[in-house]
Amino acid sequence: MVKHSQSVSRSAIEATDETFFNGRLQLERTAKGQLLDRLFRGLTRFFAVFVLLILVAMIAALLAGSMPSIRRFGFHFFVDASWNPVTNQFGALVPIVGTVVTSLIALLIAVPVSFGIAIFLTELSPRSLRGPLGTAIELLAAIPSIIYGMWGLFVFAPFFAAHIQPWVIEHLGSWPLVGFLFQGAPMGIGVFTAAFILAIMVIPFVTAVMRDVFEIVPPLLKESAYGLGSTTWEVASSIVLPYTRVGVMGGVILGLGRALGETMAVTFVIGNAHELSSSLFMPGNTISSSLANEFTEAVGELYTSSLVELGLVLFVITFVVLALAKVLILRMRRRAGVQA
Amino acid sequence: MQTGRVDFTDIQNPKIQVRDLNFFYGSFQAVKSVSLNVADKKVTAFIGPSGCGKSTLLRTFNRMYALYPQQRVEGSILFNGQNILDRKRDVNLLRAKVGMVFQKPTPFPMSIFDNVAFGVKLYEDLDHTALAERVQWALEKAALWKEVRDKLKQGGGSLSGGQQQRLCIARAIAVQPEVLLLDEPTSALDPIATARIEELISELNKELTIVIVTHNMQQAARISNFTAFMYMGELIEFNETARLFTNPEVRLTQDYITGHFG
Amino acid sequence: MRASQRYFHRRVVNVIGLVASCAAMIFGLFFLGAILFTLLKNGLPALKMAVFTEMTPPPGSAGGLLNAIVGSLMMSGLATLIGTPIGILAGTYLAEFGSGSPLASTVRFINGILLSAPSVVIGFFIYTLVVIKMGHFSGFAGALALATIIIPVVVNSTENMLKLVPNTLREAAAALGAPQWKITWYVTYRAASAGIMTGILLAVARISGETAPLLFTALNNQFFSADLGRPLANLPVVIFQFAMSPYEDWQHLAWAGALLITFAVLILNIVARFILRRTSTSG
Repeated sequence: MVKHSQSVSRSAIEATDETFFNGRLQLERTAKGQLLDRLFRGLTRFFAVFVLLILVAMIAALLAGSMPSIRRFGFHFFVDASWNPVTNQFGALVPIVGTVVTSLIALLIAVPVSFGIAIFLTELSPRSLRGPLGTAIELLAAIPSIIYGMWGLFVFAPFFAAHIQPWVIEHLGSWPLVGFLFQGAPMGIGVFTAAFILAIMVIPFVTAVMRDVFEIVPPLLKESAYGLGSTTWEVASSIVLPYTRVGVMGGVILGLGRALGETMAVTFVIGNAHELSSSLFMPGNTISSSLANEFTEAVGELYTSSLVELGLVLFVITFVVLALAKVLILRMRRRAGVQA
Repeated sequence: MQTGRVDFTDIQNPKIQVRDLNFFYGSFQAVKSVSLNVADKKVTAFIGPSGCGKSTLLRTFNRMYALYPQQRVEGSILFNGQNILDRKRDVNLLRAKVGMVFQKPTPFPMSIFDNVAFGVKLYEDLDHTALAERVQWALEKAALWKEVRDKLKQGGGSLSGGQQQRLCIARAIAVQPEVLLLDEPTSALDPIATARIEELISELNKELTIVIVTHNMQQAARISNFTAFMYMGELIEFNETARLFTNPEVRLTQDYITGHFG
Repeated sequence: MRASQRYFHRRVVNVIGLVASCAAMIFGLFFLGAILFTLLKNGLPALKMAVFTEMTPPPGSAGGLLNAIVGSLMMSGLATLIGTPIGILAGTYLAEFGSGSPLASTVRFINGILLSAPSVVIGFFIYTLVVIKMGHFSGFAGALALATIIIPVVVNSTENMLKLVPNTLREAAAALGAPQWKITWYVTYRAASAGIMTGILLAVARISGETAPLLFTALNNQFFSADLGRPLANLPVVIFQFAMSPYEDWQHLAWAGALLITFAVLILNIVARFILRRTSTSG
C-alpha cells in the first residue's frame, strides 16, 4: 500500500473537474466583500492618519498665530520678565518660571505620596480593599480641574492662610539659605498653594503608573527576597523600586506633563501676578493661567500673538516631557514582556 | 531513519492533495516538505507530539495563516484539483467550502440562532423560513437541536462547554462545506462531551471530508480512516489507521504510539 | 547581640515605612473626602428648583443655570457624535489592521501624547482654526474643541479593548468565509462592545468638566440660546466666572453647578466601571 514516490498523480487532478467557483451569488458576494473590505480598511487608516493631522495642524496653527510675536521679540521673548500690554512689551520669563516651579514643587509632594499609595495598594492592603481604595484614588483624577480650583480658593487657601502660613513664615522665614522662600504676608493664595493643589491632582496619575509597573514585578523575585528574611519595606524599597525604576520614572514624568499643562485649578489659586518673586507664598503666574485669564480680553495683534506663543511654548514643553514619559513606560513594558 | 513519507496515490478520488508543503513562522520552519492526500468523505487524523506542525498543516487547508503577515507557505495544496495557495484565489470563498472548528469553543457574542445563521447569511440569500430551516437542520446534525430548541434567542455563551463546541460544529456545517477541519476539538472537554463529539464526527463523515488534529492517539484510532504521524515538522508516516497503529513501518511511529516518547 | 540590634533596627525602619505608606493612602483619601464634603456642603443648599428652570442672572440677583446646562449638554453631545466614530475607527486601525506597521506605531505614540496634552492648548488650536475664521465665538467651536479631546481617549480605549478580544474568535469568523469588515463589525466590535462603551463614557466624563478650551471657543452667553452658531452658555465657564466674582448669588450658583458637574462625572465613571466589571466577570 505504501509507495515511496514523489510524483504528483496527474490523473487525480484531472479527475476533479468540478469548478471552484460555483454560483453567481457567491461570486457577487465575494466581489462586494472585497470592495467593502478595502473601503473599511481605508476608512480606519484615514482616521488613524487624521489623529496625526490633528497634531500637525495644532503645531501649524500655533506657529502661524505666534509669528508676529516671534518676529518682534525673537529669542528675547524667553528671557524678558516684562509683560506690559500698554507699551506692547511682552516676555515669557515669568509664566515659564512659574510653570516650572509650581510643577516641580507639585512633584516633590506628589511623588512620595504616590509611591506610598502604590506600595500600600500592591503590597499592604487586604485584597478585598484593593479594588475600592484603588477606585477612590482613580476618582481623584475624574474630578474636574475647575472643582479643584474652587476648593483651593474657598477652602484650602483660607485655612492655609489662617493656620499654617503664619507659623511657617514666623519660624522658617528667618532660616538662613531657605528663609527667603517663606516670606511675605499670609494670603493663602500664591505659588505654593497652586503647587499643592497640583500635587493632589497628579497623585492619581503617578499612582496609576506606579501601581501598574509594581504589579509586573515577578512574584518569584519578591518571594526570594522574603525567603531571605527581608521585611515588607525592604522588599518594596530594595527589590520592587529598583526593578521598576524606569517605569516609575516614566510615571513621574507623566505627572510632570500633567502638572505643566493644568490650567483652571492653578488660575483660581495662583494670584495671577506678572512678577518674579522669590517667596513661594507670593502670587505668581503660569503659562496656562495667563492664557485663561487674559486671552479673551487681549486686544491688538501683538498681545494676542504673544499669548499664542506662550501656548506654543507650553505645548512644546509638554510634548517633550510626555514623549519622554511614554518612551520610559514603553521600555518598562517591553522589558516585562521579554521576561514574562 | 526510514521515512514513511509517501505520495498516497492509492487513495482514490482525493479531496485535498498536499505537495511539498513548507511552512514558516518568520524564519522558523514549522512544516517541512510534506506531501499527502486526503481521501474524500473519510476521516483523516494528524497525530504527533505538540509542536510537530500538525495544527499548522491543518491551518493551511483554509489559509488561516493568511491572517498573520509573518506566516508564509511554500508548495501547493490542491482542493478539488485547484491550487488554493494561489494568492489570486479568493480566500473567503475557500473558507466557505472548508469549515473549521477550534480547540476551544468560540461562540460569537450573539444568540444561538444568529451564531448558526451567521455563516449562512454570508453567501446565501434565504428567506426567513428557509434560514430557520437551515439553522434547525444544522443544529440537528450537530445533535444540539433538542437541547436548544427553546432558547434559540439566548446568547451562545450561556451553553456548557460541550454544547458550545457542538454549536460551533453546527455553525460550521450550516454553510454546507465540503471539508471540515477539526483542530483538537475535544481537548477542552470532559470525557462525556468528548464521546458525543466523536459520535457526531462518525455521523457527519457520511457526507463530509473530515480532517482532525488530535493529541489523543486513542481518539485517532477510534474515529479516523487514515492517520498521519508528524514529528518535528516532517510527515513521518501516513497510512490507513488500522495499519499505522498495528503495524507501523517506521521505528519513530512505533515509539510514539507505544508511548516511548512525547 | 549585634545581630539582634540590627534586626530591631530593620524592623523599626519597616514599621516607619509601612506607616508612611498608610499615611499616604489616608492623605489621598482625605482630599477626595474633603472635596466631596465641601461640594455637598455648599452645593446642596444652593441646588434649588430655580437652578433648572431659570436663566443665568445678572450680578446681584437670583436665577438659575438652565441655559448653561442646555448649552453644556448640546456641546458635549455634538462633541461625542463627532469624536466617537473617528476615535473608534482610528482605534480599529491600530488594533485590527495596522498593528506592527510604522504608521500604527507613530499614531499610537502621538495619540498617547494628545491624550495628556494641555486642554488649554487644544482650545487655542480651535480658536485659531474656527473662531477667527467665523469671526466670533460659537457653540460649534466649543463642540469641536471637546471632540478633539475625546478622540485620543476613544482611540486608546478602543484599541485596548479590541486587543482583548481573543484571536480565536476572529479566526472562527474568518473560517466561515466572512470578509474582514464583517468579522470586525459583527464579531469583534460586539465582543468588545462593553469595553468600547466604557471608553466612550469615560471620554464624556472627561469633557463634561473641561473649562479651559471652552473659554476660547464657546465663551458664554447670558441668555438662552440653542444656536450652535453663536456663543453658547455652558456650565464650566459659568462656574468659573461666577466663582471668581464678588457676588454672593453668583457664587451660590457656582457651587450648585460644581455639584452638578462633579456628580455627573462621578456617576459616569462609576457606571463605566460597572459595565466593564460586569462583562469581564460574566464572560
